[in-house]
Amino acid sequence: MADVILRNITKRFGTVEAVRELSLAINDGEFLVLLGPSGAGKTTTLRLITGLESPDNGSVMINGRDVTHDPPGSRDIAFVFQQYSLYPHLTVYDNLAFPLRSPARRVPEPIIRKRVEQTAELLHIASKLNNRATRLSGGEMQRVAIGRALVRDPSIYLMDEPLSSLDAKLRSELRLELKRIQLELGATILYVTHDQVEAMTMASRIGVIRDGQLLQLGTPREIYESPSSSYVASRLGTPQINFLPARLLSEVAVPPGTETIGIRTEHLKVGARNGGRMVGRVHRVEHLGEQNHVHLDYKGEMLVTLADPHQQPLNAGQEVELHLVHPLCFDRAGQRIPAMIH
Amino acid sequence: MAQIRVENLRKSFDQFTAVQGSNFTIDDGTFFAMLGPSGCGKTTTLRMIAGLELPTDGRILLDGEDVTFSRAAARDIAFVFQFFALYPHMNVADNIGFPLKCQGMPRREIRQRVAETARLLRIEHLLSRKTSGLSGGDRQRVALGRAMVRRPKAFLMDEPLGALDAEFRHLMCGELRDLHDRIGATTVYVTHDQLEAMSMADQIAVMNKGRVEQIGSPQEVYDRPASMFVADFIGSPPMNFLRFESGLRSGDRAVAFHSVNVSVPEIREDRASAPLALGIRPEHIRFTDAAPVRGEVFGAEYLGTTQIVTVDTAHGRVAARLPSSASVRIGETVGLEFHFERLALFDVGSGLAIRTANEGSARHG
Repeated sequence: MADVILRNITKRFGTVEAVRELSLAINDGEFLVLLGPSGAGKTTTLRLITGLESPDNGSVMINGRDVTHDPPGSRDIAFVFQQYSLYPHLTVYDNLAFPLRSPARRVPEPIIRKRVEQTAELLHIASKLNNRATRLSGGEMQRVAIGRALVRDPSIYLMDEPLSSLDAKLRSELRLELKRIQLELGATILYVTHDQVEAMTMASRIGVIRDGQLLQLGTPREIYESPSSSYVASRLGTPQINFLPARLLSEVAVPPGTETIGIRTEHLKVGARNGGRMVGRVHRVEHLGEQNHVHLDYKGEMLVTLADPHQQPLNAGQEVELHLVHPLCFDRAGQRIPAMIH
Repeated sequence: MAQIRVENLRKSFDQFTAVQGSNFTIDDGTFFAMLGPSGCGKTTTLRMIAGLELPTDGRILLDGEDVTFSRAAARDIAFVFQFFALYPHMNVADNIGFPLKCQGMPRREIRQRVAETARLLRIEHLLSRKTSGLSGGDRQRVALGRAMVRRPKAFLMDEPLGALDAEFRHLMCGELRDLHDRIGATTVYVTHDQLEAMSMADQIAVMNKGRVEQIGSPQEVYDRPASMFVADFIGSPPMNFLRFESGLRSGDRAVAFHSVNVSVPEIREDRASAPLALGIRPEHIRFTDAAPVRGEVFGAEYLGTTQIVTVDTAHGRVAARLPSSASVRIGETVGLEFHFERLALFDVGSGLAIRTANEGSARHG
């Protein structure tokens, strides 16, 4: 395992800048997740690290060595793709062994056997080693695909939305497994996804990326609690953070330059009217089981807050008083104004 | 507007019984979700209500009138298959007005009805636009408009949001529900996504293997699941099950969970010793050093507001939802305290809930 460092990488396709002056250091043993929508430059970044693309500017260092111009085969990287591409005519065992049997590596068979068995154990597919790859469930196939990367001991694992083709239950199971495996192996992983839950639950650090630019890098908690911009704030958290124009909150003291105020759903408290000046009207109550989402109309803006389903119910049309805790202030450009107000 | 009633509805395809004797009534104006995994019979039931499939047995009543064998077109119901199937060469107004044109309605009347529909959907500004350039949400609104324009008695929808990504889907759920509140038409909505059903429906019918396992409001099916299947299908993460074996006596307020006494809502039936399961929602678990049910922390998943902590106990893995401020170390041993008033009990053999003080009005479908 090793450090991977990207320095000022730019990659253009025609007139499109897919990646813009991106700098990123992935530390040894770290699970770094790049989070962004499609077209943000996530996959291009992975391909630049593997050497499948070469940058127009900047450099890629792996383990202290500049590999910017090295061919993919010599970079010591394992890649897991979104779509599991297994060899259908081979057994699970042979699929897992395949990367080790490549002529360039010439690993002796007894060592291959040991590695394959260890990997299968780790992924809980040991009982399936003799099955044909096509006889597996979707989740098992994706485990094998991940396993094919794990049998090797590369500098870094690159993973491109490896769970996105699985159903929700399986995805949540494999999230836990992948995190466990990463911790057990001390593996360095760069993982890209558009799914904020994957990023929040697995990452040591998240890099939020948009339009080829890295907007913020930090632990899930840092990014959630202290986003650098309104865009980043909106990327993490379900339900999404509420935004209100500052002019609608004249009763709240905000730092100069504040245009927009962001309020996380859990930081918007509602109560019976009691002389407070912020009064909203309940539009709809959504029952999601463990909590209710209360949709409120405040001066024509829609806000969402959380409520305990077993507390006194709120009804559509009812007027309630609003109280803000930890509002986040953003300027005209959407950049955070860091002063906290209470 | 309409009430839909289904009596002993059954459908077999050769050897396979897709729907095994369903009974339910959907009251006028209700948003009714049929929820279940693929193959549970929800789409077949919907297609029988629409008249696209004939039942093997049973009856379908629309406002009290038996329509079991009437043609689909005669039922005055709008079926929304896929929100994205629009005619690409027509503009939005022509797409919405198409069903009326087919009926031979005069052009002026069509224009009026299209305008009214567009106003309800808040897409007046799009009427002269080509459909090809529209966003996903607008395409969906147009397709919905095409179903609404005939002023049908009821809407039937089959996974209309299935093609959308998760965040956008939730947004559209809010819109669909708002629309329902504005027009008030009876809606039957089929989905495999529990969040969609919970978010929009007045009533949910949870289906499994051709049977309706439970019908209730979202909060009822969540708080008082009639079976382990329902408890597992609804909620994310789903309800935890901790298995044990014991007999039960009516009036008991605790069960012998292995060698530990665990408080439960008062039991309302007598049972001989049998395999049972304690059902615990993740948010009803707290970590308390003194609690006798113990386990080792396997993982912690940060979610912003809360975190999901998985704990391996001697009786299985348990997911707990804790405030994200709680500090948890992987590998540490913790005691699990349950919010006993909210615990459920199940008979593992039948999978059905055991009657307790908490079970209240929940009944098996």
